[in-house]
Amino acid sequence: MKPAKFRLLAVPLFTFLFASIVHSQDISSFEKKITVKKLANGLTVLVMERPEAPVFSFFTHVNAGSAQEVIGITGLAHMFEHMAFKGTDKIGTTNYAAEKVALAKVEKAYAAYLAESLKEVGRDPKKVAQLEKAWQDAMENAQQYVIPNEFSEIVESEGGVGLNAFTDWDETGYFYSFPENRLELWAYLESERFLYPVMREFYKERDVVYEERRLRTDSSPQGRLEEQFLAAAYTAHPYGRPVVGFPSDLKAFSATDASNFYKKYYVPANITVVVVGDLIASEALPIIEKYFGRLPNGPAPEPLRTREPPQNAIREVVLHERSQPFYYEGYHRPDLHDPDSAVYDVLGDLLSKGRTSRLYRSLVRDKQIALSAGGDSSFPGNKYPSLFFCFATPVQGHTAAEMAAPIHEELDKLKTKDVGDTELQSVKTRAKADLIRGLADNQGLALQLGLNQSLYGDWRELFRQIDRIDKVTAADIRRVATKTFVEENRTVATLETQASDPQTAIPAKGEQQ
Amino acid sequence: MKHVYRLLVPVLIATCLSLVSAQSSRSHAKSTRNTSSAGQITSWKQIPIPPLHPFNPQQPRRIELPNGMVIFLQEDHELPKIDGTIRIRGGGRDVPAGKLGMAGIYGGSWRTGGTKNKTGDELDDFLETRAARVETMAGIDSMFLFWSSLKGDFDQVWPVVVDLLQTPEFRQDKIDLAKRQIMSAISRRNDEISQITQRESNKLAYGPDSPYARTAEYPTVAAVTREDLLNWHKRTVAPNNVILGVTGDFDPLEMERRLRDAFANWPKGEQFQPVKTEFHDPVPGIYFVEKDDVNQSEISMVDLGIERRNPDYYAVEVMNELFGGGFSSRLFANIRTKQGLAYFVGGGVGAEFDHLGVTRISMGTKSSTTAAAIDALKKQINDLVQGGVKESEVKKAKDGILNSFIFEFDSKERVQDARMGYEFYGYPSDFLERFRAGVEKVTVADVERVARKYIHPEKLAVLVVGNSKDFDRPLSAFGKVTTIDITIPQAPK
Repeated sequence: MKPAKFRLLAVPLFTFLFASIVHSQDISSFEKKITVKKLANGLTVLVMERPEAPVFSFFTHVNAGSAQEVIGITGLAHMFEHMAFKGTDKIGTTNYAAEKVALAKVEKAYAAYLAESLKEVGRDPKKVAQLEKAWQDAMENAQQYVIPNEFSEIVESEGGVGLNAFTDWDETGYFYSFPENRLELWAYLESERFLYPVMREFYKERDVVYEERRLRTDSSPQGRLEEQFLAAAYTAHPYGRPVVGFPSDLKAFSATDASNFYKKYYVPANITVVVVGDLIASEALPIIEKYFGRLPNGPAPEPLRTREPPQNAIREVVLHERSQPFYYEGYHRPDLHDPDSAVYDVLGDLLSKGRTSRLYRSLVRDKQIALSAGGDSSFPGNKYPSLFFCFATPVQGHTAAEMAAPIHEELDKLKTKDVGDTELQSVKTRAKADLIRGLADNQGLALQLGLNQSLYGDWRELFRQIDRIDKVTAADIRRVATKTFVEENRTVATLETQASDPQTAIPAKGEQQ
Repeated sequence: MKHVYRLLVPVLIATCLSLVSAQSSRSHAKSTRNTSSAGQITSWKQIPIPPLHPFNPQQPRRIELPNGMVIFLQEDHELPKIDGTIRIRGGGRDVPAGKLGMAGIYGGSWRTGGTKNKTGDELDDFLETRAARVETMAGIDSMFLFWSSLKGDFDQVWPVVVDLLQTPEFRQDKIDLAKRQIMSAISRRNDEISQITQRESNKLAYGPDSPYARTAEYPTVAAVTREDLLNWHKRTVAPNNVILGVTGDFDPLEMERRLRDAFANWPKGEQFQPVKTEFHDPVPGIYFVEKDDVNQSEISMVDLGIERRNPDYYAVEVMNELFGGGFSSRLFANIRTKQGLAYFVGGGVGAEFDHLGVTRISMGTKSSTTAAAIDALKKQINDLVQGGVKESEVKKAKDGILNSFIFEFDSKERVQDARMGYEFYGYPSDFLERFRAGVEKVTVADVERVARKYIHPEKLAVLVVGNSKDFDRPLSAFGKVTTIDITIPQAPK
């Protein structure tokens, strides 16, 4: 470790680098390729011309995630995302008029069954069984009109690739790529699924989603730990609740609930559609407007009211399991609009990006107590105040608890000692280089532009965040570290290995039939 | 660590080609922009599909040096960066049984162990201030050295790449670190159910001692020495075992000159001969691994698959697409959509470039429907083999492959990567075109024939990993059950 020579080189190189980026990859060069239009109904469309190959990718960003749920319907944002693949009144059905009637009967039967089965007083098990049977019969009746997966089948057989969607706490996103000659077909299909969604096969899909919960959460040690970590870190804000939903809610919410969620949040003012690829804006926009302009205007949903109250005591969760240990900790931090947001980005990078990051060097390279160590400046989301997150995966023979002291040592150093110029400059250089590396792919661009357009109201923030990072000083880092990394603001979740005694086998978590 | 919930997990089977053609599958006349108003459209089939823009994907330039080194240059001036891959013959499958884990230790300490002139830690500082990356990695049949740098830093980063390739030091402290990390990974290998299923089903398909299935253990990792790594390097890293590809914003003549300067005088070495492997059919039956901290079982039915040079490859890919490929496959429709039994379900006949792949049909289902799920998978398999396939299914599967074929060429880097792969495995450089032509010719009879030829319901090894106390029926209902003990043999010392 005697990199003085390299350090001398760093500054002039950096200047050169910065100049070259500004030259070819800045806002003004992108402004020539990007057109943004707000349609009359309030929907935002962003088109970027990138004629590298005769294909395009899109990203539909809906500004509603699991944070929009209330207790009783947790998991519904994600559930609706699955339903958006079930077709429309014209796709996926042999006879929509009849199917509509049949689906209404399913809802009625389900409501009756649910009401009886949740009765706190005077619940009649026989009646529950009868009502359940009636509900199942109604579903079977509705099934006769269904053409399963027709929507996906059209996309796939027409050459769509990467068909998928995601839901997190902040938002829901839909995406795939098509050959460029399918732009109009895409505009039709994508607008239809949000114009005329049909809640067919809802309850079977609910079972599929429950299997997803078993896969990612119940049957995974890290999944179980993450759920407990967030539950401990948040007492009021929905970031503390699982995106996939609580087991009881997943077994209770209805297609009617999903329709209501859709009506409230899938309004044009809440949707941004981004298309990137081999297209010409002046030709593509009229097509997009023709189809997406049909979405009926509706009131923008009310903003979320709840804010997490300040934390005033350390919170700790310990899971004793048969698997190998993990260590998580988090500190509350403000949302992405806060003036210090870029300082958190720099802190996250200093601690956990690459082979020179402080947590890697301390825990993995020097102390050799961790297999990996790192973090995230904003977890689980960034639209609302979130957590500055650190983790460590102990190497064999070390406990999760042993990870705490060396992590805190690194956090304390940030409070007491100025970050050196070279290290800070490296972070800034990497931020720019990583931005560039992310610009070489239609789908990645669509996602980045869509998130920035939606979360900040302007895609240019993708580039401006680099400018903000560039302005962060050593003093900023000390100030923000000092206010954030304090014990009363800490939540710790550890998974410790339980002695393997077969007599004390732990029952599977999460299943409550 | 952004966790998102997705509609579909990445699909399980090792198809590399994701398939398709630039042509429209429906014969539409000229595009007319004056389509009817959106409200009048009653079927998606009314939407016009104009011809695709003409497109000639840019092929990389291939250069072969007199010492046997093969170089691909792919210019791409969109962004100011230069990235490269160096692929060297010899990987995990070629390591002796007593030294399993050596490939990972090599890949893990090559870069961190530094060069003659600079320690790995010095390289870290040098590269990170330039936001550059140079990394090494082990694969099953080769080792990789990658780099990525901004254009303006290439002059500084390139010497690091050359030094690492030709004069690596493998310092002992980094070897020890890599070994410790691999041992820790061994200690964690039974924690996630999917990892158990993947590992054990591979052992069932190939046999536990096959180079494609065996796993490192504490003693085999402990047995690896610095000498082993240096010998491996000496044996494998010779120009005639190396394929190098550069993509990015460079001047091609200047880059060629630079590469020739670096490598033209590098003496030829011994041609690397990969391990010869015998393949034996798996032993059919029911295999079980107990995992009592889960509420979802994983089921994986396996057999040996095929090689991609097999003339049946095209028909097999069409069959895979319709049987267990995407969102509209039979497995997805019948087991996930119609029965709600699974979140992930899929599979097909696996195909590898230079050895037999694994045929694998897999799903996850709650403990209490484990037996029902096995029944459901078996029914789908039998229906495929005995019941035949419909013309419409074959057409949709082919359309899917052919209409999306253009995505094989959607970036210059992808075209480059594909060419490097064909070079490595000795496939024709126009393999993708042959693939498209092959798929176009596939008929219903072909799909039915390959289904019968490569899928043998009675010969599958069926692995179940799960919490048996909650199963709907005991697995013995399906025949004799072989329980697999996955206890990790204890660490030495």
